[in-house]
Amino acid sequence: MQKKIQFLVLAVMLLPLIFIIGCGKSSSSLDTGDAAQRVYVKPGEYDEFYSFMSGGFSGQLSVYGIPSGRLFKVIPVFSQNPETGYGYTEETKAMLNTSHGFIPWDDAHHPSLSQSDGLADGKWIFINANNTPRIARIDLKDFETAEILEIPNSAGNHGSPFTTENSEYVVASTRFSLPIPNQDVDIKSYKENFKGTISFIKVNPESGRMNLEFQILAPGFNYDLARAGKGPSHGWAFFTSYNSEQANTLLEINASKNDKDFIAAINWKKAEEYVKAGKAKAMPADYYHNHVDEKTRVAKSEQLKTVMVLDPKDCPGMIYFLPTPKSPHGVDVDPTGEYIVAGGKLATVLPVHSFSKMIKAIDGKKFDGEIDGIPILKYAEVNAGEVQNPGLGPLHTEFDEKGFAYTSAFISSEVVKWKLGTWEVVDRIPVYYSIGHLMVMGGDTKKPFGKYLVALNKITKDRYLPTGPSLTQSAQLIDISGDKMKLLLDFPTIGEPHYAQGIKADILTKDFMKIYKNADNGNPYATKGEKDAKVVREGNIVRVYMTAARSHFAPDNIEGIKVGDKVYFHVTNLEQDWDVPHGFAVKGMNNSELLIMPGETRTVTWEPKQPGIYPFYCSDFCSALHQEMSGYLRVSPANSNVELKFGTGK
Amino acid sequence: MKTKSKILVIIGSILLLGTFIFPIWKIDIEAPQYPEGMGLYIWINKITGEGPNDLNTLNGLNHYIGMKTIDEESIPELVFMPYIIVTLTFLGLLVAYKGGSRSILTLIILIILLGVVGMYDFYMWEYDYGHNLNPDAPIKVPGMSYQPPFIGSKQLLNINATSLPWIGSAFIGMSVLLFGFSYLNERKNKGIQA
Repeated sequence: MQKKIQFLVLAVMLLPLIFIIGCGKSSSSLDTGDAAQRVYVKPGEYDEFYSFMSGGFSGQLSVYGIPSGRLFKVIPVFSQNPETGYGYTEETKAMLNTSHGFIPWDDAHHPSLSQSDGLADGKWIFINANNTPRIARIDLKDFETAEILEIPNSAGNHGSPFTTENSEYVVASTRFSLPIPNQDVDIKSYKENFKGTISFIKVNPESGRMNLEFQILAPGFNYDLARAGKGPSHGWAFFTSYNSEQANTLLEINASKNDKDFIAAINWKKAEEYVKAGKAKAMPADYYHNHVDEKTRVAKSEQLKTVMVLDPKDCPGMIYFLPTPKSPHGVDVDPTGEYIVAGGKLATVLPVHSFSKMIKAIDGKKFDGEIDGIPILKYAEVNAGEVQNPGLGPLHTEFDEKGFAYTSAFISSEVVKWKLGTWEVVDRIPVYYSIGHLMVMGGDTKKPFGKYLVALNKITKDRYLPTGPSLTQSAQLIDISGDKMKLLLDFPTIGEPHYAQGIKADILTKDFMKIYKNADNGNPYATKGEKDAKVVREGNIVRVYMTAARSHFAPDNIEGIKVGDKVYFHVTNLEQDWDVPHGFAVKGMNNSELLIMPGETRTVTWEPKQPGIYPFYCSDFCSALHQEMSGYLRVSPANSNVELKFGTGK
Repeated sequence: MKTKSKILVIIGSILLLGTFIFPIWKIDIEAPQYPEGMGLYIWINKITGEGPNDLNTLNGLNHYIGMKTIDEESIPELVFMPYIIVTLTFLGLLVAYKGGSRSILTLIILIILLGVVGMYDFYMWEYDYGHNLNPDAPIKVPGMSYQPPFIGSKQLLNINATSLPWIGSAFIGMSVLLFGFSYLNERKNKGIQA
């Protein structure tokens, strides 16, 4: 007995050693020799690809270069950004309006580039807000958020936005089912009262403007991820679901019981026909649609009150369930559009469904019952094959152009490469650590660039210099051009990088915006030249029409502002020179600074509370005389009669 | 005048009008902060930037050293130069119609003279811009003036300016050459006749 214990103690003591040796081994396998050269982009040279990575709980979208892993920009989307004034300025505040009021934050998960004929076209990129369901559209001419649409009858907008082949639609499915319309019910009445919805948001091919075209009412499961079909499967979209048990508490146990959950296959072309035929019912709803007006570049909110809803019971042939093992997470369609790969996160195999078999099974009515009028197809009739030993906790799959698929395995922390058709695993590589999504450049399109794969990891532990309990998230660049995958580079990311999109850089650098043209500045408070700079009082509202140009503001001395006034600084950057923004900041400002691009007008408000002198200055080092780019505001008591005076150089 | 000489003079005269289609001078500007480069085109009737905002940007930068803004309205040459060109074209056509070798030579000398005067004028304009600086300019470097080069390159603080005749001037050059050929052709014919 004592010997046994001794052995146990010894074994436990040796464990770290084994771990260290193990680690040492794996890091020596990283020694790929030319990795440094492969990711080295010479100073002054450009990366081959752009990568757009979700900012996760930062609510933003980041822009990286691949293969260097250099961060270029964080695009403010769902979160206020005091660095630029996004969500604080009068021009951008309306972007964050929702039916729940102004929301300064969200959890952004899945960027999706707009597509033409199944290829990223570089016009826009969409991204979802998970917490308060929304979809944003970012214009890739100026890399700014142009539109945000709230999704009603939804909670946990996770399976979103995932574009169709020509960006006819972006989609949104509900992770949390709810009473629809939402109401005060007993949570235990889940099975009877809770429903999911799957939304199709139409995208205007010219303007990119989104419109919630219709929603499909779905059984009260948790809808997780989505992908649209392509090629032969164009016209269909696929949505994974878990919690077909319909548990409302302790989901980790109660929603993991069923042997199979479902992928919902939706024939959206058929759904369109049903909408046209008048099968959709107008339901009362409450949701916001915010967009930046193209002329004024000022965001406006519109409150919408109805949504068209299709009930599968009235719409035969619109939706089918594909049984899929163990709470599937990702659902990914291969470049040919034939295979639908499900990431059964608790499954031991990776099931691959066949689109052509699915169509045959539908035609032959190979059903195995139905739920709420939705036929369940027989697993064997739709399944094309199962990848054995795909790693533990398989989540997501992307593809290269050579017929290989790459699956992320969260629990075993690896990327597994396997062959479509034979389903055999051909290579695997460890990642550090706990990978979620992965992304092959163009790996969700008809023509992937099988050169690089980016692993998007949840945990970094010992990979970087430690920074206290809160550590960076991480991406890893993997070379997939050869037979064996090679790790090339680790690089930190902002927030949690859920999913990412990659696009050849030259698609975006062909036609990009350097400045906003002064002549096109349609902001109602724009000041087109220094001569027009002025200060106007309207009751206790004071409007400062200010210009900024290297290296002074006009006006830069303002007197006659009183405590109790609300001051609007409408600052126009008159520069027409590339990369010459000006900043604007006043001592004691309670909101944010302004960062104003050339040709742009931005507005920030200020309510002075104490009489005195308040300096303001340019916060972006604009020129050799940047430090001189400043001015003074004089604030007088509320009852004083200091007259309004302003000027520059007077 | 022989037909060949006539044709040469007619073509030469019409070529002068090329100055309406192409700038006569170009000043290229390089600076560390402007890897994309900037440039100014000098036409007989206007001054334009190479990029759509170059002129504005240059005027903005020049205010630091106290240079005047480049303002077309303050340059009278831009008003009367087109008339000179049109007049020369008419004179050329008149010479082709009626004149002889001597009138061709007169025309050549006239163009060369006007060219020299024009270049002197351009040089003086550059001198004025480079030397007549606002005494309140934020950046004052003792002994420094900012006259752009007439022909060739010159480093002015962080800016390297390169000034060269441009396509419009080549048209004038070609036109002078054609007049020259025409003149020689006439002389040769006269020689044969004599």
